[in-house]
Amino acid sequence: MSDAILKVHDIHCAYDAVPVIHGISLEVREGEIVAIVGANGAGKSTTMRTIAGLMHPTQGTVSFLGEDVTRTAGYAMVTKGISFVPEGRRLFSKLTVRENLELGAYTENNRPVIEERLEEVFTLFPILKNRANQVAETMSGGEQQMCAIARGLMSKPKLLMLDELSLGLMPSLVEKVLETVVEINRKGTTILLVEQMVQEALEIATRGYVIQTGRIVQEGTARELLESDSVRKAYMGM
Amino acid sequence: MSTFVQVLLDGLLAGMLYALVAAGLSLIWGVMDVINFAHGEFLMVAMYLSYWLGFLAHIDPIISWVASGAFVFILGALTYRFIVSRCIGKAAMAPLLATFGLSMFLKNFCLNRFSPNFRILQTTLLEGRKFILGDIVIGLPQLVTGLFSLAILFTLYYLMKKTRLGWAIQATAMDSEAAELMGINTDRIYLLVFGLGGACVGIAGGLLTSYLAVHPEVGALFGLIAFLIVAMGGFGSIPGALAAAIIIGLVEALAGFYIAPVFKYVAVFAIYLVLIMARPKGLFGW
Repeated sequence: MSDAILKVHDIHCAYDAVPVIHGISLEVREGEIVAIVGANGAGKSTTMRTIAGLMHPTQGTVSFLGEDVTRTAGYAMVTKGISFVPEGRRLFSKLTVRENLELGAYTENNRPVIEERLEEVFTLFPILKNRANQVAETMSGGEQQMCAIARGLMSKPKLLMLDELSLGLMPSLVEKVLETVVEINRKGTTILLVEQMVQEALEIATRGYVIQTGRIVQEGTARELLESDSVRKAYMGM
Repeated sequence: MSTFVQVLLDGLLAGMLYALVAAGLSLIWGVMDVINFAHGEFLMVAMYLSYWLGFLAHIDPIISWVASGAFVFILGALTYRFIVSRCIGKAAMAPLLATFGLSMFLKNFCLNRFSPNFRILQTTLLEGRKFILGDIVIGLPQLVTGLFSLAILFTLYYLMKKTRLGWAIQATAMDSEAAELMGINTDRIYLLVFGLGGACVGIAGGLLTSYLAVHPEVGALFGLIAFLIVAMGGFGSIPGALAAAIIIGLVEALAGFYIAPVFKYVAVFAIYLVLIMARPKGLFGW
């Protein structure tokens, strides 16, 4: 078992002094797909935003590759090797697909390297190559989600964080997008994802954490969670 | 007929200059949703700088516009760092009132230091030179200023549309948090945008000194016209600012010549009202 690349230790987070996360600890090891699952409002996205540096915890620490990044600004996390695809895709709607992707590699200044990465994401998502000069907001939801993932990959992250990929996508597309996530992982990117579609997420994950009202209530391998009665009852309607 | 063409050309050249002044304001608004109320006073500062460089150091406006542009770039960046960045995220009026305060300070500072007198540079390189085409006479200072403004405007447009920095600025305008996730330091983008907005008006002010007198109140009218242009063209749109600026320039010239000089701003504001009622988002607004 390899060492954890991301370690979150007992973080507490609040929005305007209203606490929403009450001490979450988790870790992600190299090569894993880790799923954070839970109901709406449990604090999954807040946890992700805190790791990505968009907000900072009131207490606790986040460390990545052995470095304390608890107070690191969001924009600086990209150069450290973390890329975050936020909920709702958040593409730059008036820019073209190509411009969006180029911005994904904003911290990279070497032209040939950028072109190489573009080719890589176009191989992964061939549809984006055809759409390259199209304005992002004119694409369908599924295409936009692919574009958002591709943009997240353009910085060549060590850890790719994906927040609610399935949101607003029809079930057949969700499956397809998750398959791609597995493919990205096989090529060597560690993945931390947040998902409301618990079963689908755990089926592709190595390990998982279940969050409820700002606390981790269960953790284990994906298989353990899939077979756990409490998870099945609470999130899969079984 | 040639009189008409003459008036049109005068209006067109004035419009090109207005476009550059307005583009700075529009850029800042488009990216940050902040109206820089001191924009007109930035122009005044640039004109004073250019005037004193010409008067004391004998540097012609045709060269000193670089210094004016650079100076107001820094002034804009400092305004962001020490005033605007502290107001962002608070009440919507805060940056407006803060920059209004800055405009008062700059105006009164210049009034105190330089007196309310009108000052104009004598014996500049272009002074009195004319470009004559049949019956049409165009002053070289106006022609150079207009064409230069247009060139700077196109450079800015190119920067915004075709470079990675421009995309990063646009991305920050559309979704600053998502821009952060790309590794874009949005605080630095804001600083740069305020600087660039300042540089636009700084260059315009520097060039303008070749034919217009500077005084502490000179910025007020330009600031107001720039605001009209930005609102007419659509907030944040550079092509919109150009189109609206040329309309304003033409209306001002035509009304001033064919109706009466005192009537020209009446016509300008009337056109503004009509256009805004017909298209509240502005010509190119989204």
